[in-house]
Amino acid sequence: MFEKALKGNNYYWIWLAFLGTFMAIGALCYIRQYNYGLGLTGMSRSVSWGLYISQFTFLVGVAAGGVMLVLPYYIHNYKAFGRITILGEFLAIAALTMCLMFIIADLGQPLRALNVLLHPTPNSMLFWDMIVLNGYLFLNILCGWVILTAERKQVKPPKWIYIFVYISIPFAISIHTVTAMLYCGLPGRHFWLSAIIAPRFLASAFAAGPALILLVGLILKRVANFDVGKEAKDKIVTIILYAAIINAFFLMLEFFVGYYSNIPGHKHTLEYLFFGLEHDGHVYNNLVPYLWGFVVLCASGIALLAIPYTRRNDLWLGIGSAAIFFGLWLDKGIGFVLGGFVPTPLEEVVEYYPTLNEIMITIAVWCTGFFILTVLYKIAISVEHEIES
Amino acid sequence: MDKKRREFLKIAGISTLAGLGAPAVVDRLITGSYPLAARAAREVTPGEGAGDQASTAGHGSDTVPSGTRYGMVIDVRKFNENPAMAEACIKACHSVHNVPDLAEKNNEIKWIWLTGYGNAFPDHSHYHKDENLEKNQVLVLCNHCDSPPCVRACPTKATFKNKDGIVAMDYHRCIGCRFCMAACPYGARSFNWQDPRNGLDMNKINREFPTRMRGVVEKCNFCVDRLPRGLQPACVEATGASKAMVFGDLNDPNSEIRQVLKENFTIQRKPALGTQPSVFFIV
Ligand code: SF4
Ligand code: SF4
Ligand code: SF4
Repeated sequence: MFEKALKGNNYYWIWLAFLGTFMAIGALCYIRQYNYGLGLTGMSRSVSWGLYISQFTFLVGVAAGGVMLVLPYYIHNYKAFGRITILGEFLAIAALTMCLMFIIADLGQPLRALNVLLHPTPNSMLFWDMIVLNGYLFLNILCGWVILTAERKQVKPPKWIYIFVYISIPFAISIHTVTAMLYCGLPGRHFWLSAIIAPRFLASAFAAGPALILLVGLILKRVANFDVGKEAKDKIVTIILYAAIINAFFLMLEFFVGYYSNIPGHKHTLEYLFFGLEHDGHVYNNLVPYLWGFVVLCASGIALLAIPYTRRNDLWLGIGSAAIFFGLWLDKGIGFVLGGFVPTPLEEVVEYYPTLNEIMITIAVWCTGFFILTVLYKIAISVEHEIES
Repeated sequence: MDKKRREFLKIAGISTLAGLGAPAVVDRLITGSYPLAARAAREVTPGEGAGDQASTAGHGSDTVPSGTRYGMVIDVRKFNENPAMAEACIKACHSVHNVPDLAEKNNEIKWIWLTGYGNAFPDHSHYHKDENLEKNQVLVLCNHCDSPPCVRACPTKATFKNKDGIVAMDYHRCIGCRFCMAACPYGARSFNWQDPRNGLDMNKINREFPTRMRGVVEKCNFCVDRLPRGLQPACVEATGASKAMVFGDLNDPNSEIRQVLKENFTIQRKPALGTQPSVFFIV
């Protein structure tokens, strides 16, 4: 089936070449980092995880979000999603590949990564995270491929594959739950130490994943003559709306607990993220614009998706889902991880600024993900077109 | 190979049990990787089982005594009388353990250092501190917690708890994920962001202790390398006869450290987190 990825119009190749350029630059930057060490990043003793792990966290959500298309179709037999479940599965593959790349980019000793398997440690959440992420990646490759192959031959997919499809649903939930547990079980990191982290992760994932699929779907309609279908589109919008609103609700609960209880530990990070934290006569606020960006983008995205006039207009709909996706990225892909390190365990404030090298590696991983996504979607859509003709 | 496989099956079995909700197993799993001997010792002590532990855990007091548990008492008052002593301790530790002195602040590595009272003890009142605490700083280092979150978080057992209570590291196994740094509530851990040799004078290093490679985490090891040679920790040695630092077995009722703990009011850092630090402070 891969031959389908080798045929495409000029735009297709230009787009891939564009992504490829950034991938090449990022590869060079990674070689630099590999040779020198992570000292080439902006991370420090106090902010010991940076862009890499925060992107990883966000992308686990994007991968899990695909399940919002798989579940209605396979569990509730919601036929309108029939054509697009494959988009959810392929998105998960691309997102998980990015996750694994970000983990490797973040390791101080990447060649030893397999130690996690050689010395299995069930009390470490990272051990479990690796198992569920790789498991989910495997399931999506398997299910996506088998089902697409069957579709191409215009036969029913084999029965046994449904077992794996059903297993993949709880797996999707588990990847983001376990990723939340990386954070929410650490004593002394008050911002992360909250039972609502896992549900909030899931809510934002179920908005961000489908928002990206909707956005890509709208683009595909223009460039690849592939229509998601009106009914499916409306349903995805509903899912995004509910998930984005629940995420906002959970965040407000965090605010309530922090500010009403007035316990400094519960308040400091929120203060740092949204208003700036004063410490020793200096106000630290380098993330404040991002977090307000999140608030504004999510609020306007929700509005655009909720108002009937804008929802029915593809352009506004696209802008709305892009706003939600980008807004949630600011929240989870920037604020959540970086904010958790402020203040430090010794009540100091150290702000993190990524370096150019680090940013280029990050961009390159994103480009790799979109490269994989483009190729996979090209294959899926070519198969669709083949069946139609 | 076969042994590995068996080990894996065992762990898989335990995890399944945990999944089935056997709270005792979960409890055992999350308390970290106790060496088997210590675990067995815990199990055979009747009446001092999980219940007692749970009831005291919240107050951050000691766990059930079993075997050796090394600890330290730092007398902040004595350091205040002689401010040069703290610097001597830091210097002793860092030169014995080849801790690099790097120019970039972001890449800094430290095993023992000075910090303000409010930084070391954020949960204690520091509104109108007495003059001593206002003016002077406190020496801090890894607490060698009896219930160490860093050990719980480490995915490779590169950070582990010895049966003498020391939380030690295997630099050759560490993958540099820095999960332990996020997990430690005391900021006790440093990461080698670059080759530590950039900050070492290779002609002056201590050849008896390894230098680290870049990409791994390190921290105070309670001088686990010196103890078998009958030496005191380097920092303790640097305090001379002042008794500003006392090191010893917390589980031995006749040890000097127990005497000091009996005679003085001591505090631990962040006891509410249940990590059960083995380092105590007299302020
Ligand atoms: S102080 Fe930190 S590094 Fe040391 S044992 Fe406790 S949790 Fe681990
Ligand atoms: S950085 Fe090393 S010691 Fe720390 S958690 Fe990762 S593998 Fe374990
Ligand atoms: S006990 Fe040893 S390793 Fe720890 S601070 Fe003192 S000298 Fe350094």
